[in-house]
Amino acid sequence: MTTLEIVEILVRIAWLVGAVGFVIGLSRMNSPATARNGNLLSAAGMAIAIAATAILILVRQASGTPVAGVAWVIIVLGVAVGGGLGLYTARNVKMTAMPQLVSLFNAVGGGAAALIAIDDYLGLAAGSAVRIDTHIFIVLDIIIGSITFTGSIIASGKLQGLIPGKPIYVPGGQLVTLALAAITVIAALALFVSGTPNLLLMVVILAAALTFGVTMTLPIGGADMPVVISLLNSFTGTAVAMAGFVINNPVLIIAGALVGASGAILTKLMADAMNRSVLNIMIGGFGGGDEAAGAVAGAGGSVRAIGPDDVAIQLAYAQHVIVVPGYGLAVAQAQHAVRELAELLEERGVDVKYAIHPVAGRMPGHMNVLLAEANVPYPQLMEMDDINPEFARADVALVIGANDVTNPAARRPGSPVSGMPILDVDQAKSIVVIKRSMGKGYAGIDNELYTNEKTGMLFADAKEGLASLIAAVKAV
Amino acid sequence: MTAAQLNDLLTALTIFTLAILVGIAVISKVPATLHTPLMSGANSIHGIVLVGAMLIAAEATEPASQILSLVAVAFATMNVVGGYVVTDRMLQMFRKKPTAPKPATDDAAAGS
Repeated sequence: MTTLEIVEILVRIAWLVGAVGFVIGLSRMNSPATARNGNLLSAAGMAIAIAATAILILVRQASGTPVAGVAWVIIVLGVAVGGGLGLYTARNVKMTAMPQLVSLFNAVGGGAAALIAIDDYLGLAAGSAVRIDTHIFIVLDIIIGSITFTGSIIASGKLQGLIPGKPIYVPGGQLVTLALAAITVIAALALFVSGTPNLLLMVVILAAALTFGVTMTLPIGGADMPVVISLLNSFTGTAVAMAGFVINNPVLIIAGALVGASGAILTKLMADAMNRSVLNIMIGGFGGGDEAAGAVAGAGGSVRAIGPDDVAIQLAYAQHVIVVPGYGLAVAQAQHAVRELAELLEERGVDVKYAIHPVAGRMPGHMNVLLAEANVPYPQLMEMDDINPEFARADVALVIGANDVTNPAARRPGSPVSGMPILDVDQAKSIVVIKRSMGKGYAGIDNELYTNEKTGMLFADAKEGLASLIAAVKAV
Repeated sequence: MTAAQLNDLLTALTIFTLAILVGIAVISKVPATLHTPLMSGANSIHGIVLVGAMLIAAEATEPASQILSLVAVAFATMNVVGGYVVTDRMLQMFRKKPTAPKPATDDAAAGS
């Protein structure tokens, strides 16, 4: 064997080691105790795979394979620029803004996968015969990578507030999306049938897929963005696997398929937690025609407003308090204030727990991250199934910026939230809701919890409301 | 397509299919609280596309190809570095509150 052959075999083994690192790393993310270690293991696998690739290119060059000097300029410059941007943004992002950053990283990953296929396509000699499987993988890589690139940028822009979060409906928008999908499929089929490289058709496919990513994501409301980001994450994985087929590289295929599958499962779990189907979200659910039909009978009873001093007394003399944090708390960045209040109560001997709905915050588990950032002890965060039986024992349930996930209407059929798993807040002996107004939640319906006779409404922004409660509890 | 080419394709498809099944098996066990870090962690893993970007950069002779591979390398590196760093930042927060001063006294004992 020549040196090059030996190195190529060793590099393939290193790629395999990297892939094993990804699988074991992901499986160690099962529990909070091993999750960080799992992520580091996965990063180590990545470092091994990348270092091995650099060595492979070096040895190829030394063995006479022509590698232009500019190739190293490209690699070093690309790594420096991309790595610098990635490191800077990842270090400095606020945890509340983290979902849009993940979406942005997803966009560039999908973009890179599409670029590999485009480059490969440009390298095909004009007029030569292209194998049907090569053609299919290149086209799939370009389509999926492009959709995920523009789609993730739009999703990120919506979460960041650069693009309005509410669904944007263009007249005939769905027809445009359908037409784009049809154009993409027809152009792809035409390519497969011709069996020769055709730049024009490929440009049509690229343009249609890029636009499709935009028109697909624009009509989806901000609250559904987590599901969309997860779906696009799965797309990127698939695009990377396709890139692996295009350049015949096993580690791209393994890692891409792994992420494609994990993203798909995660997307389904998230959609299930919101009692929606992925298809329903992608077509643009709640907002459409059935809003009026979903109006709940029996709502519209009287609402009792309550002041911070009264709430403080209830809290200070309670034994068990359950805090129900929601999207409003995340938006107001009140996670530190809620921890401060909880610590004050604990000093008085009150038992404080947090009830975390699976989709509280902006992504599943996002609320855990936000509260963990505010140094809330992990064991106090209770998942829905664990905390629901405890509401009946709770003296006070303090709902902060959560709405639809507490609506008892979900237990009955005939409402847009029907069947959605909810926190049994209405079982608590007393309920306090901190909320800015009687505004409706994402589902656009009244929350029966607010008209419950046990409920007192503290009308305030989550952060201001908590600040006034902290002051009032100190004074008790 | 020759028999050898078909054989290679089937090998690649086998790897692809099994990796999908591994992905499903590994992910279905993760608790909801870790879903956001998990999504971010999976997001970093598809940064492996950097390996592909480097390989096409090494073979890029045409200017168009060189520009494409430069952008691909930059994009992929941003995905890898940013992805792992932000995931680590999230997971760093999932630590238990230091309740007992026990580790501190251990340290002190070891130091004295």
